[in-house]
Amino acid sequence: MPVVTSGWYMTLAAILFVLGMTGVLIRRNALVMFMCVELMLNAVNLTFVAAGRAAGVLDGQVAVFFVLVVAAAEVVVGLAIIVAIFRRRETASVDELAALRG
Amino acid sequence: MVELVIFILMGAGTLAGAVTVVLARNPVRSALGLLGALVSLAVIYVVNLAHLVAAVQVVVYAGAVLTLFLFVIMFIGVDRSEDTSETIPFQRKLVAGLATAVALGAATLVSRGRFSWTPASGEVAEIPNGTVQALGGELFTTWVLGVEVTALLLTIAAVGAIALAFHRRSPETPTED
Repeated sequence: MPVVTSGWYMTLAAILFVLGMTGVLIRRNALVMFMCVELMLNAVNLTFVAAGRAAGVLDGQVAVFFVLVVAAAEVVVGLAIIVAIFRRRETASVDELAALRG
Repeated sequence: MVELVIFILMGAGTLAGAVTVVLARNPVRSALGLLGALVSLAVIYVVNLAHLVAAVQVVVYAGAVLTLFLFVIMFIGVDRSEDTSETIPFQRKLVAGLATAVALGAATLVSRGRFSWTPASGEVAEIPNGTVQALGGELFTTWVLGVEVTALLLTIAAVGAIALAFHRRSPETPTED
């Protein structure tokens, strides 16, 4: 019976990160792109937890805590921007928002 | 044994949720896929003895952040279908190539790194126990400056969101909307 070690979690995090990156690059809906960014952040969180476990220190989990806070702040501001753009342009598709002029 | 079963189940749940986020046509389905991925990751954190992180993951991410996402999706409306035609030439091929490159790089890092595949080779046997007491002690002694900066960041984020939400089109002639 194989024992699960930190390398397994690292692999899972890497796959998760690549999935999130692919989503950011191929989707056109700003909201879904945002969710894919959240996936990438979560992949990094899993990396932090696994690395802290491998090193036997708590610092990895402390780092996750700060990433979580930054992610929460980012979501608040990002969604406010998306809503503001939607009110003005009636769309959330980044293709239609290619120009910066209002 | 227990960890292996949980890793396989929750790893599959995480990946299924992530694939749903990327591929679902309906943004609500994407949000629910994200919920599945986040909760599965929380279980993985519990197995790694990151108890507080798992609780915060469920409360902040699966609770607050996802509710905000769903709220904005409902506000914007989900009836409009996404245009899937590519405006940038060769984008899919470029993305596929880039994803492969990043995956290969990550595989190299993971396999070359100090992260062990068997418990005997270099892995510290004792997993750090991330209880509220242990993590709180660490946060409010070693990382207290970071916590203060975080508080500032959250205040700025809240003020910025309010400023964006109440932004008017022409400040000279305020309308009664």
